[in-house]
Amino acid sequence: MWASGFLVVFMLTSLWLLGSSRLMSCIAVVAAQGVLLGLLPIVEGLDVPVGRMILQAVIGVGLKGIVFPLLLMRAVRSVDVRREVQPFVGYSVSLLTGVALLALSLFIGPRLTISGHMTPALLVPAALFTAATGLFIIVGRRSAIVQALGYLAMENGIAAFGMALAEKEPLLVEMGTFLDAFVAVFVMGITIFHINREFDHIDSDRLSNLKDSP
Amino acid sequence: MMIVILVAEPALAALIAILIRPHPLRRAVLVAAAVVHTALVAWLWIDPARFPPLGNWLALDSLGVLFLGITSLLFLFVSLSAASFLRRENGVTQSDPDEGFLFDNIPEAVFTACLLGFLSMMTLVTVSQHFGLLWVAIEATTLVSAPLIHFHRHHRSLEATWKYLLICSVGIAVALLGTYFLAAAVPAGSGGVDSLTFAVLKGRAALLDPRWLKASFLLLLAGYGTKMGLAPLHTWLPDAHSEAPSVVSALLSGALLNCAFLAILRILSICSSAGLGDFGRQTLVAFGLCSMAVAAGLIIGQQDYKRMLAYSSVEHMGILALGVGLGGIADWGALLHAVNHSLSKAALFLLAGNILAAYGTKRYTQVTGVLRRLPITGALWVAALFAIVGSPPFGLFTSELTILRAAVEARRWIIVAAYSLMLSVVFAGMIVVLVRMAQGTVRAGAATGDSVRVLPDETQPFRERLWDVAAPLCLLCMTLLLGLYIPPFLNQALQRAALLIGG
Repeated sequence: MWASGFLVVFMLTSLWLLGSSRLMSCIAVVAAQGVLLGLLPIVEGLDVPVGRMILQAVIGVGLKGIVFPLLLMRAVRSVDVRREVQPFVGYSVSLLTGVALLALSLFIGPRLTISGHMTPALLVPAALFTAATGLFIIVGRRSAIVQALGYLAMENGIAAFGMALAEKEPLLVEMGTFLDAFVAVFVMGITIFHINREFDHIDSDRLSNLKDSP
Repeated sequence: MMIVILVAEPALAALIAILIRPHPLRRAVLVAAAVVHTALVAWLWIDPARFPPLGNWLALDSLGVLFLGITSLLFLFVSLSAASFLRRENGVTQSDPDEGFLFDNIPEAVFTACLLGFLSMMTLVTVSQHFGLLWVAIEATTLVSAPLIHFHRHHRSLEATWKYLLICSVGIAVALLGTYFLAAAVPAGSGGVDSLTFAVLKGRAALLDPRWLKASFLLLLAGYGTKMGLAPLHTWLPDAHSEAPSVVSALLSGALLNCAFLAILRILSICSSAGLGDFGRQTLVAFGLCSMAVAAGLIIGQQDYKRMLAYSSVEHMGILALGVGLGGIADWGALLHAVNHSLSKAALFLLAGNILAAYGTKRYTQVTGVLRRLPITGALWVAALFAIVGSPPFGLFTSELTILRAAVEARRWIIVAAYSLMLSVVFAGMIVVLVRMAQGTVRAGAATGDSVRVLPDETQPFRERLWDVAAPLCLLCMTLLLGLYIPPFLNQALQRAALLIGG
């Protein structure tokens, strides 16, 4: 019961991310998602060794819940942009797409079972939904910061799927967590910093000098 | 142990490169590390027994050996060229020929270290037998190559780097999901740390859950296909290749794309063993034809000769995908094509670098008379162009013909027609435009008419440094050799690797 409620909240954060234009609240939502993800193995009562569970929680809560959001918030303050004004895909359409993705995930999820494992019923749908939402945000938004947030959400979804495999392939899942977190914000954060400094704007859409026009 | 040395040697050299200060010494370290690496790989080819597997995660199978060979050889020539390039660019604040702003370079130490780290990680890709480790290695190649693309610090190269990171990191994330799906396909109870190694998966392929495996194949193909530059996931490729320094473009095209191809070949091989070979190969045919079509469309009317070469890479990646998609003898053809493409495309990018250095522009309309101004580069440029579009007697002719033959033998006439048509379009599109660059007279001051740009007297032959032309010459000679005669040891290596793909 606890577990399902937890996963429902996890999915709701993704929906919120789709509908919100305020950068600060987007960052906060993704941070919350990271914390939820970090606590997931404990709440779900997955049969993972305690040491690994703690490591997961520390990484999740520490990096995705605190460090990355703080860095991103600093980036937002430094460019003095508060909200994403004109995304490629509007917010109501985004939300509708989100609902469609949710339905699709809930439809596919139960059909994909991992043999011999008792995973919580909502885990696979929640993971797929969050990953798909993240991908959608990367494609549908202009602002580099929101794209980075979308990437983080995508990572969160994939990591949540990894939880289902944590008993079977613990090493693989650990490889995934570490490097993904590293790429997601470390490199992107630095690059965003460059983009601020050298362009005085942060829309990756305006990075459009390189294209194929005769 | 020897396998670890193969990976660690360039990594160690990278560490040294970042620590030492004198530029000439660092360039010597770069070249020395490349020579040692190639020597080790040559030893591997002569005496593979000396390179025993290390556990089940690190081993050199026939596919790995082949791709490691290409990567190492290519890096050797690129490093020679890079040493020359770095001497030319050392500490110069340059002005951009097209827009006139000033820019400088990232520190040479960082560039050299990343170059060597790139080699180390590509080596790791070829020796990884475990799908998780393979993923980590491909991920790491993305990370270390990003600063290489941003070598010239200006807004266009930053844009290219940003696109490269964003698009490839999404691809990598998708590939991770694919790897997870692959883990989910493994039946319960057969776990253990080795359950995701290539040999174990191949051995137990019949037990894998086909639904998960199919989904995994599609995700891995999309993920690594992004890295490989298969259309429609290729969008980072032309920007990165055109903005990166030419030595880096040569490595990206000749070595990095192959590494992603290797990962796709590994999952395809497992699908073949699991009885899903047809499904996998059909998907690859679709991706291959799509890539060729997109590349052919965008090569026509392209103004920038480096971008044109980049699109030619997309086209050739399409040919590789099509080749393994057809299967049978085309597997062999595709692997040979990978070798040929790497050699000739690297040569072309290095030559493009020479032309760019002399003319200061990437627009082909403003480059004329390369044969007069850069006599050796010009001659090699024309030869390399005919090589890349698949004219005899170069190696690409053999491999493209082999793939065509496989399509004809399979009586897949639509593929035969589309393949021939697109090859001809690319042939015409590239030859007409790029050969014209070599001909004609040098127009004095014609390049931009911009007073900011200060170049030596444009009608005089530009001084061509030894390694600027020797490296592409060697690469081109090898392509030519492969067209005339395939040495038996290479043929055996190709056949063994093709056998492994077939399952």
